[in-house]
Amino acid sequence: MQVYLDNNATTMCDPKVVEAMLPYFSEQYGNPNSLHKFGSSTHPALMNAINQTYKALNASDNDDIVFTSCATESNNWVLQSVWVDHVLNGDKNHIVTTEVEHPSVLSTCKFLEEQGVKVTYLPVNEEGVVEAHTVKSFITDKTALVSVMWASNETGMINPIKEIGEICKEKGVLFHTDGVQAVGKIPVDLQDVHVDFLSFSAHKFHGPKGIGGLYIKDSQPLSPLMHGGDQMGGRRSGTLNVPYIIGMGKALELATENIEEKMASIRAKRDRLEDAILELSDTFTVGNRDNRTPNTILVSIKGVEGEGMLWDLNNGEIGASTGSACASEDLEANSVMLAIGADNELAHTGIRLSLSRFTTDAEIDYVISHFKKAVERLRGISSSFAKQAPTKGGEVQECELHHHH
Amino acid sequence: MAKADMLGESLWDAYSNKVTTLMNNPQHQGEIFEADAESRGNKLIVADFGAESCGDAVRLYWEIDPATDKIVDSKFKSFGCGTAIASSDVMTELCIGKTVQEAVKITNIDVEMALRDDPETPAVPPQKMHCSVMAYDVIKKAAGLYLGVDAESFEEEIIVCECARVSLNTLKEVIKLNDLKSVEEITDYTKAGGFCKSCIKPGGHEAMDYYLVDILADTRKEMDEEKMKAAADAQAMGGAKFEEMTLVQQIKAVDAIIDENVRQFLIMDGGDMEIIDIKKADPYIDIYIRYLGACSGCASSATGTLYAIESTLKEKLSDKIRVLPI
Repeated sequence: MQVYLDNNATTMCDPKVVEAMLPYFSEQYGNPNSLHKFGSSTHPALMNAINQTYKALNASDNDDIVFTSCATESNNWVLQSVWVDHVLNGDKNHIVTTEVEHPSVLSTCKFLEEQGVKVTYLPVNEEGVVEAHTVKSFITDKTALVSVMWASNETGMINPIKEIGEICKEKGVLFHTDGVQAVGKIPVDLQDVHVDFLSFSAHKFHGPKGIGGLYIKDSQPLSPLMHGGDQMGGRRSGTLNVPYIIGMGKALELATENIEEKMASIRAKRDRLEDAILELSDTFTVGNRDNRTPNTILVSIKGVEGEGMLWDLNNGEIGASTGSACASEDLEANSVMLAIGADNELAHTGIRLSLSRFTTDAEIDYVISHFKKAVERLRGISSSFAKQAPTKGGEVQECELHHHH
Repeated sequence: MAKADMLGESLWDAYSNKVTTLMNNPQHQGEIFEADAESRGNKLIVADFGAESCGDAVRLYWEIDPATDKIVDSKFKSFGCGTAIASSDVMTELCIGKTVQEAVKITNIDVEMALRDDPETPAVPPQKMHCSVMAYDVIKKAAGLYLGVDAESFEEEIIVCECARVSLNTLKEVIKLNDLKSVEEITDYTKAGGFCKSCIKPGGHEAMDYYLVDILADTRKEMDEEKMKAAADAQAMGGAKFEEMTLVQQIKAVDAIIDENVRQFLIMDGGDMEIIDIKKADPYIDIYIRYLGACSGCASSATGTLYAIESTLKEKLSDKIRVLPI
């Protein structure tokens, strides 16, 4: 049996989404900006996708939802416009964000710091959550933007977006949220929260890769990142990616209809898996599960290094993810794990399991059984579980874990 | 960056079959207990290196025949990734049958070579090489415990890049001999910094005592000082070429020639001159001067006097000199 539990990285494209997209590759391939009917014949399907998107996010008709290539582009767009819109005008030069954002936010902030933007990287509490009062205390009259992710890709923990939005509104500061791990997983109602910009990406909710969006509240000005033929009202130029926009609309509709029901089903499977893992000795999971996206578990298994666990799971045809430094290219300990600050060891033992609505009970049973075997084997090798106490020289090596910020 | 690098390779795809096999089924993982070793008349050494919070920890067991110092059995326990487990397993294998004094000569390079499927293809991708270093460190620790000496005493040189085992002395020598100016050049010449990259600059996976960026800067500084000293020595011996002197030395040399051959005539006419700057303008060396007193504005200052100054300096110092009054 093959089980895919890395849905926070990407998801399977729903066959219904693929079906909706197919005619627009080779049958109705016209450029929607062309005057002839080859182009205009795509308009109804595009309009339908736009309606599906607005409905799924409960966006107002006065708001803009611009289609981008991915959430990385959306995040870059919002952040980089601070430099163009504010720093060059000399009125504001400060961004407030967090230590645990996705690299598309953190790397852009680092780039902007080189351009003269000042950035505050807020810490998170032991559950990995950014507290609203912390955000409030760092906003100054020079703050142009607050950017806080809605939910964490690593831990699944959900930030108090509503409270932060209210604070930003009250202080007159623009508020951006990277909603990549929230949209399609938990209810996102843009009439209920005050958010000026929200980034999202289709491949996180069973849509295709290479298409995302940026919600822009009530015609907020935003300098374009891409200049060209004035598509999307000049907000983002470039020929519209017709089949992918249609795919994203369909994917959003499928993900958000009866979302509470879908969440309950995923949560039940997630909790069953989590409970079974926690039955193993010396394991713990990060964050209160009531305040987590219902599909995510970040588990630490004492004595089992993350890559080793990933290796054994992969041998059992189970795909997961690890925050372990050893499994990544840059070898640095995972900054999100370190920011949680609970235990350095977690940065090396953390395994992230992320389910989807396609995950079945049989798959969960299989993972539980294989997970236990993998832990048993790796603890058999583990020095942490050696019975023989060292005779001499058992002192622990000093090491330094490097924070990104 | 090129086509081959456009899509990063999966780390696991770069593992040798031996690494994969040993990760799945290590041959020497386990423990040896003191009572068992004693019952066979042998001595047990248990050495730990690393820590879970650092991401790598290994415990090495040696059962040693005290009559011969030979390691008759060895096992390990490891907290680490696939490379760390496979490296520990091969390291343990390499120790068995050797004396402690022989075992201490096993390096992480030997371990990595033993993990290769063929001699030409590395067993692990560059960024995983550091995972094999632990195996080497724990051997030194075990040998130190057995022989009652500090593990550091086995290291004859200061090792800067542990992955490639390149010493501080080697790095300094290579920089000087080949006039290396960048860390990339150092990596090309020595392989240092080509693996886990921790030794390049602070902020990598592990904190190091020495970094290539500092070694390069310090050695380049030493080289410049040596060059200046050599030029000064040569000048003192009267053998320095004007072109090779430092700016300060050139100014001093020009001043000395002016004092000796020119200034007295200018002063006699109520004037003087000073050197403003000296600049390389290949193939020339331009000496900028300013006339003072009566010389300033004198008709001859741009013709005869200038010619006299320039020809004197050309004759005494270098025919590449041009004198430019400003």
